[in-house]
Amino acid sequence: MIQSRRYKVFRFTMLVLVVLFLVLPIVWMVLAAFKTNVDIYDVAKTIAFMPTLENFTKVFAQGNFGAYIINSAVVALSATGASLVLGVPAAFAMSRFVMNKSALVVLMARVIPGISLLVPWYYIFSNLRLVGSLWVLILSHMFVALPLVVYIMMGFFDGLPLEIEEAGLVDGLTNIGAFWHLMVPLSRGGMATAGILSFIFSWNNFMFALVLSGSSTKTLPVAIYDFIGYASIDWGALMAASTVVTVPIMVIALFTQRYIVAGLTAGATKG
Amino acid sequence: MTSAVTTRAAQRDALSHWANKHRRWLFALPAMTFIVCLIAFPVVWTAWLSLTDASGSVRAESTFVGLKNYGDVLTDTHRFWPAVGRTISFTVVVLFFEMLFGLGIALLLWRPFRGEKWVRIAILMPLVATPVAVGMMWRLIFDPSIGPVNRLLVAVGIPAQPWLAGEFTALPTTMFMDIWQWTPMVVLILLAGLTSLSDEPQEAARVDGASGWQTLRWITLPMLRPTLIVALLLRGIDALKTFDILIAAKGKGGGSFNEVETLNLYAYGLSFDYNEYALSSTVLILFFVIIVTCIFLLTRKREESAS
Repeated sequence: MIQSRRYKVFRFTMLVLVVLFLVLPIVWMVLAAFKTNVDIYDVAKTIAFMPTLENFTKVFAQGNFGAYIINSAVVALSATGASLVLGVPAAFAMSRFVMNKSALVVLMARVIPGISLLVPWYYIFSNLRLVGSLWVLILSHMFVALPLVVYIMMGFFDGLPLEIEEAGLVDGLTNIGAFWHLMVPLSRGGMATAGILSFIFSWNNFMFALVLSGSSTKTLPVAIYDFIGYASIDWGALMAASTVVTVPIMVIALFTQRYIVAGLTAGATKG
Repeated sequence: MTSAVTTRAAQRDALSHWANKHRRWLFALPAMTFIVCLIAFPVVWTAWLSLTDASGSVRAESTFVGLKNYGDVLTDTHRFWPAVGRTISFTVVVLFFEMLFGLGIALLLWRPFRGEKWVRIAILMPLVATPVAVGMMWRLIFDPSIGPVNRLLVAVGIPAQPWLAGEFTALPTTMFMDIWQWTPMVVLILLAGLTSLSDEPQEAARVDGASGWQTLRWITLPMLRPTLIVALLLRGIDALKTFDILIAAKGKGGGSFNEVETLNLYAYGLSFDYNEYALSSTVLILFFVIIVTCIFLLTRKREESAS
């Protein structure tokens, strides 16, 4: 592959611009989180300023963000765990027995606008007096996570040769035994991919919790949204809150980059 | 004693035999049931609600009114049709730029180079960021008085813009936010597609004296076409349903003039701000019809290009 020098320079410049465009807004947000509101207004203190933790104290002390972090984590972890338990065997069956129609039903869940489900859910769950409980949040987030798990795992099982299972049967395993002792351990990479992505999607989900959570079961995105009231915006605290939500997920992404990319592009290159 | 043990063992064997024989449904049914209960039932319910006058409390009685709501919604030029227009223009504009930039960036990243790892990390960041937080972040950056964007404009002699606060600039600004967050998704998909392409046709073209641009236009892009359609489909579905950044940027109703109110926001407001469940369900059914039509058209295109 011969590349002209001119192209290399062009590519370098463009990529630097792309990276700056993608990263600078996030840097601005994080910087503002460490500034006092006076400093945010001050042009001279764009980069050089005295960092303060005041905003974070406000977010945790008055904003009660500690509890919301726990809510978000409990909901995301439970929804992910339950989706893996239900989704992995389902994906295996759908891949192994080519159940395309069933797979299509699961994929429908990705297509339908969440709001069209929220109205009936709200109707049902408020009649059951479940609105405001963590259970209903976990259920609704599973609705995001489960199709994702099935979709990613189907792609993964499609790639495992049938001979592995057959070899297990020859060695005296039952069909279910072969799935449990051979396919499940072999698909750990796929499960990591599916699990990480479900966790991120659930953590970031806003719409379901906006309607179905109560004041004590708020998740982080709802808590940020509630931060902007009718009064003037407390920019420092708002940016601190946004940082608290976003940075953990970015750190996770940093270490699990390979899995996230594999999951997001799953099935994209199939004909 | 022994016979009891053998019967139990026989029962267990029978059970295990049955489970193994029917494992296909044993594995698939729990997940299927979950999805079907959470979709089919609500969809049927939504369709039913759209034929009634349900409003007010969720426990209130409602009566059947036939297609009246559809007539009301379809003749509503104040909120419904503008929302349709915004939904479509939002989707078309963001898809155009996300595909354009996505393809450009994917081509830049295609061949290995030093520092690739860092660029890839930067690309992942907007993608995993919480959309509501992203909305808040851009609110500060585009703030007319304290935001860095306007300060920069003023510094180079361009008048300050109202951005999210303006009646006509709000929607384009939210489009920009969406493009920032989701172009990386297109990049990742197209990059996966590019990497899976065979090198031979391109080498052959080069040997035959084709320029870089000609190879891209006549060899690489046609080969990438199925992946391009997948990216368009995946992003298109999500763009039509955009909710988080719009409500984070402008609040309920998409701002005081409904500047960024799409169908999704309109239906949300009808349900949860005004408790107009019947009207909201009608809007949702119509919205659903739009989405399914779009998907149908795109998948047909994909099949055509595959054959």
